[in-house]
Amino acid sequence: MLLAIEDLHVHFRVGEGAAARDVEAVGRGAEGVSFEVPEHATVALVGESGSGKSVTAMSILDLLPGNARRSGAIRYRGRDLLAAPRAELQHLRGREIACVFQEPMSSLNPVFTVGRQVCEPLERHLGLGRRAARARAAELFDEVGLPEPQRRLDAYPHELSGGQQQRVMIAMALACEPKLLIADEPTTALDVTIQRQILELLAALKARHRMSMLFISHDLGVVGEIADRVVVMREGTVRELGDVAQIFTTPRDAYTRALLACRPSLDEPLPARLAIVEGAGGAPAAPADATPPRTKDPDAPVVLEVAALAKSYWERRGLFGRREVAVLGGAGRGVTFTLRRGHTLGVVGESGSGKTTMGLALLRLHEPARGPTTGRVVLYGPGGGVDLMRLPRSALLPIRRRVQIVFQNPYASLNPRFTVGQTLAEPMVIHGVGAGAADRERRASTLLARVGLDDGALGKYPHEFSGGQRQRIAIARCLTLDPEVLVLDEAVSALDVSVQAQVLNLLKDLQDELGLAYVFISHDLAVVRYLADDVLVMKDGISVEHAPAAQLLAAPRHDYTRRLLDAVPHGWQPRTG
Amino acid sequence: MSGARSEGVWRAAWRRLRHDRVGIVSLGVVGVFLLLVAASAAGLVARDWQAELAVPSAPPAFVGAALPAALPGAAAPDAPRADLSAVDPLAPRYREWDEAAKRYATSDAVRRDSLPFGADRLGRDVLAKAVRGAQVSIFVGVAAALLATLIGTALGALGGFFGGAVDDVLEWIYNVFTAIPGILLIFAFAAVVGRGVGPVVAILGLAGWTGIYRLVRAEFIKHASRDYVRAAEAIGAGPLARAFRHVLPNASHVVLVQLSIHVVGFIKAEVILSYLGLGVGIDQVSWGTMLAEAQSELILGHWWQLAAATAFMAVFVTAFSLLTDALRDALDPKLRGVS
Repeated sequence: MLLAIEDLHVHFRVGEGAAARDVEAVGRGAEGVSFEVPEHATVALVGESGSGKSVTAMSILDLLPGNARRSGAIRYRGRDLLAAPRAELQHLRGREIACVFQEPMSSLNPVFTVGRQVCEPLERHLGLGRRAARARAAELFDEVGLPEPQRRLDAYPHELSGGQQQRVMIAMALACEPKLLIADEPTTALDVTIQRQILELLAALKARHRMSMLFISHDLGVVGEIADRVVVMREGTVRELGDVAQIFTTPRDAYTRALLACRPSLDEPLPARLAIVEGAGGAPAAPADATPPRTKDPDAPVVLEVAALAKSYWERRGLFGRREVAVLGGAGRGVTFTLRRGHTLGVVGESGSGKTTMGLALLRLHEPARGPTTGRVVLYGPGGGVDLMRLPRSALLPIRRRVQIVFQNPYASLNPRFTVGQTLAEPMVIHGVGAGAADRERRASTLLARVGLDDGALGKYPHEFSGGQRQRIAIARCLTLDPEVLVLDEAVSALDVSVQAQVLNLLKDLQDELGLAYVFISHDLAVVRYLADDVLVMKDGISVEHAPAAQLLAAPRHDYTRRLLDAVPHGWQPRTG
Repeated sequence: MSGARSEGVWRAAWRRLRHDRVGIVSLGVVGVFLLLVAASAAGLVARDWQAELAVPSAPPAFVGAALPAALPGAAAPDAPRADLSAVDPLAPRYREWDEAAKRYATSDAVRRDSLPFGADRLGRDVLAKAVRGAQVSIFVGVAAALLATLIGTALGALGGFFGGAVDDVLEWIYNVFTAIPGILLIFAFAAVVGRGVGPVVAILGLAGWTGIYRLVRAEFIKHASRDYVRAAEAIGAGPLARAFRHVLPNASHVVLVQLSIHVVGFIKAEVILSYLGLGVGIDQVSWGTMLAEAQSELILGHWWQLAAATAFMAVFVTAFSLLTDALRDALDPKLRGVS
């Protein structure tokens, strides 16, 4: 056995003096975490945020902050690392056990060339000379699939793309041919197509170097593809441990089953509601509602018509010169679509495809001084259509009531100095909704109940809520104005899968009930499939394909759409041959 | 608002500050000084700081009264005075003058030989001067810091939030101000506006806002593109509401810490100005004027005025700086939510 973790507990000491207390990060009460990593195998640690999976992995090499206390045993080839002196750990780090982290950009030092950063462990651990280290680094770059390895050695991290940076990190980890590679969410920050490449690279390297891998992820789809064994963690304890085929086909633990069920998939029939994990956020467990979703009226009135929408930025050149750089709708190919009442338009694309820019342009949230926005965004209502692009800024206020936006990061989209009550009251005050403070408060608590939070939330501050709850508050803030169109900019991407399922269910219910039209921007095709009626695929600021969701997913016409679909992690599949 | 209103950021900051022993002690010291300033301003203490209570340069009581000045060459001769009445034309009138003088009651004030912390060269109580000086110096420091913070925050908020031409203009002004050496700028203002407490506040405020402007501007640039500000725009909040209702409270910890750092800086700047004769009026006393006077006294060995002013200033400035550090720790958003 290469690595055995036995009854591991990790506590963090928080606070000072008399107020100090221990917070359990791994292990609950007497129950610790135990699992093993055999030679030449990939073990995946799966869990949602707060499950203790990263803390478990980081405690192997003692990469935890100073206030952490570990107990139990971590045996690497029979040697207990918890009892090992610092020098021995230092020797193991990089040489026997190497790490790859989630954010390649922040893991690389921006002031040194990547070549120098790869050469450092080679010189330090293997005692290679400068020239030999450089030659070895070029070999490694070649091995991890970086084009033109010799030239890349002299590149600085910011000159590489996210995928290339992660390849550099992997090259660095492989430098000393470790026996065990710890990969902590190595693909989470990357686009799906890049994620696919990195996963394939990791699998190939593992086979070639006969390494073991401890792969940490929140995404069962990814885990199913790469792991041999799976350890499912929740709230600091191991819920289930088993072979990947067993976990995916006959999960024994209720939590594992719920995790598998609550993620929308690309190929199973669409449920009307997604399954819900028990206990998460206080919601009772619920299986997926298997009844097919309500069919929508194809002749519902059009609420939003967008034609040739384009946006560019000014780039300063010299002292007074400037140049226009198109980020949306370059080469005269602006974005065009229509959205009907009660319908959802899914907008998919990778980072840099201009999908967020488009979402902001729909609300005219761009600063006009930074670059021009052109095209038409016509909002239809009882009084006929209004072109938002033609309105002066001062006349936008009535439009703000009708088009609202929910942002990706629920930690950033609520003002941390406002209570939830203040956050919900502000739009009502601005637009004169409700008669007096008491009436507004009554409306606010009704809306909170609608999104699944109780009255007590009104006096609290955003930091007291979890990510999913904050996103509910952000949705409630939009609903105070009774909008017709809701732009959801990656609104569920930052949430754990179980919470994501709850928010998606909520969005679906709200749409059925209030007839909202959604512009649902996401990088996740499976989620888009669950919610969207039509899908717009974007690449480099241009819409490359626009079709009804079912048709687009079943028979994608554009090459890029096919590539996106292929790249989506599909979980465990019976392996043939 | 229904439901229990839970702990806000300020309350949480206070809770953290309360657990910081150094912070609490320095808060206490600063509090005592502020009480002293208030009492002095209300005339409860040190009202008669200009009264000449003691003999010139009376030493502190704990040193003991100075020996009567015994200058070597001035000793009175022991021999009886020579009778000069024969040659003195005024001699016949001495008696008459003495009679006349007796009709006026004169009192020679009893001057004390020593004071608790000594006296200056006019015999004024050094302790009272230091208290009165604290009033002027601390008032100048706090008022100038408030003025500088107001200017810096307002300009920084406008420049950082709106960007574009507004920001360009403000950046030019900022560059012009910072291109001139600080002390020279202060002298230039001092030459124009003259002496006195008000002018010193204006000088320091107008010359010292640049650092605050820079930090507040950076903070506003950072926050202006945050989602919560976008969300506020999406619900229809106007630009001023976004800048001052949404962003300002989130940048307030920077402003507060800068304010207290500048109080310390401006107290020291006032001391320098007064020492150089560009500070408060000559009928007023501040720690700076005390230090200026002490320069000539020190040669004669009269160290107590220097000691009193220095001790007061050192204790206050140190306590205030420590309080500032504690405040920054307590308000730092990075630490928020840890405990």
